Amino acid sequence: MMTQIVFYVFATVLVLSAGMVVSARNPVHSVLFLILAFFNAAGLFLVAGAEFLAMILVIVYVGAVAVLFLFVVMMLDVRFAQMREGLQRYAPFGAAVGLVLLAELALAFSHWQVAQDIGSVPHVVAAPGRTNTAALGDVLYTHYVFLFESCGLVLLVAMIGAIVLTLRERPMGRRQNIDRQHERTVADTLAMMTVPLGQGVAANGGFRRPEQSYYIASVPGSYGVTAEPVPQGKPVDEAPKHGADNHGGLAQ
Amino acid sequence: MTGGLGSIGIGPYLTVSAILLVLGVFGIFLNRKNVIIILMSIELILLSANLNFVAFSSALGDLSGQVFTLFVLTIAAAESAIGLAIVTVYFRNRGSIEVEDITMMKG
Repeated sequence: MMTQIVFYVFATVLVLSAGMVVSARNPVHSVLFLILAFFNAAGLFLVAGAEFLAMILVIVYVGAVAVLFLFVVMMLDVRFAQMREGLQRYAPFGAAVGLVLLAELALAFSHWQVAQDIGSVPHVVAAPGRTNTAALGDVLYTHYVFLFESCGLVLLVAMIGAIVLTLRERPMGRRQNIDRQHERTVADTLAMMTVPLGQGVAANGGFRRPEQSYYIASVPGSYGVTAEPVPQGKPVDEAPKHGADNHGGLAQ
Repeated sequence: MTGGLGSIGIGPYLTVSAILLVLGVFGIFLNRKNVIIILMSIELILLSANLNFVAFSSALGDLSGQVFTLFVLTIAAAESAIGLAIVTVYFRNRGSIEVEDITMMKG
């Protein structure tokens, strides 16, 4: 009796939240109802005795997939109110298709029965005394090991595909160039100057940036960056120039 | 037939699963403009398939159904990742995610 109550509570909330997923006005609410639906489906799995799958459903779906949906919904700046315009136009058609599908499923299930000799078919049963997780591991790593490995391959392909699809080369990006970093010597960037006593920095031409900056030191031509010299800022004080000998660091 | 399901039986499970499938299909037709909700509807449909797998696995005392549920979960996760990546790229290029606009590849 208690099991039935739990089942019907989970089933009712699952169906209601699934209905809210497809009919909510705000997509963020849709995602949140999707999370609720996944939690309740996990509850149904628990009632059916599939504990490991219930936990996997919570971890993978709620923890990864639904959060991914939430992330994308919040990242895309979409005018969602405009998206609801065609709702009334498609609702009757969708309801008709759904009702036809439901009627067909009801017809199929009402005239469907389990074969009498189903018990004589060889089943993959859990060894006595094994928990659900251990028994699932037994089956998965013996009978279905190649399918399991190809699932890993599918996930790898999905990961690479998602990265390849969304990776964008930013034209203004400053990328690290390891070779150039290792080629740098002190003489490239540092110059020792003799500063006369009693004179400030301004009298020696002010602070200067290296004529060849890090910006150009990234790979020339990559990402469309043309190697142009950085415009040298005017010295703070228009002090008389000391000549070209102490102009900048790289000139020497 | 109600081996692992106790007093509930397989009928209610199949009913819930069928309703969930119909709601998913209805959601695809209802939200013709929003690709993200269509992807969520596909997740609902896959969830109903998983529910069927688990119910039959429990009723027949056969673990293969749960193993296949695991595979369906994997495929669903990969599918949603790729789908959302496509949605992101499409939004970046076009500035909208309306399904009716996606006719660029029509010959």
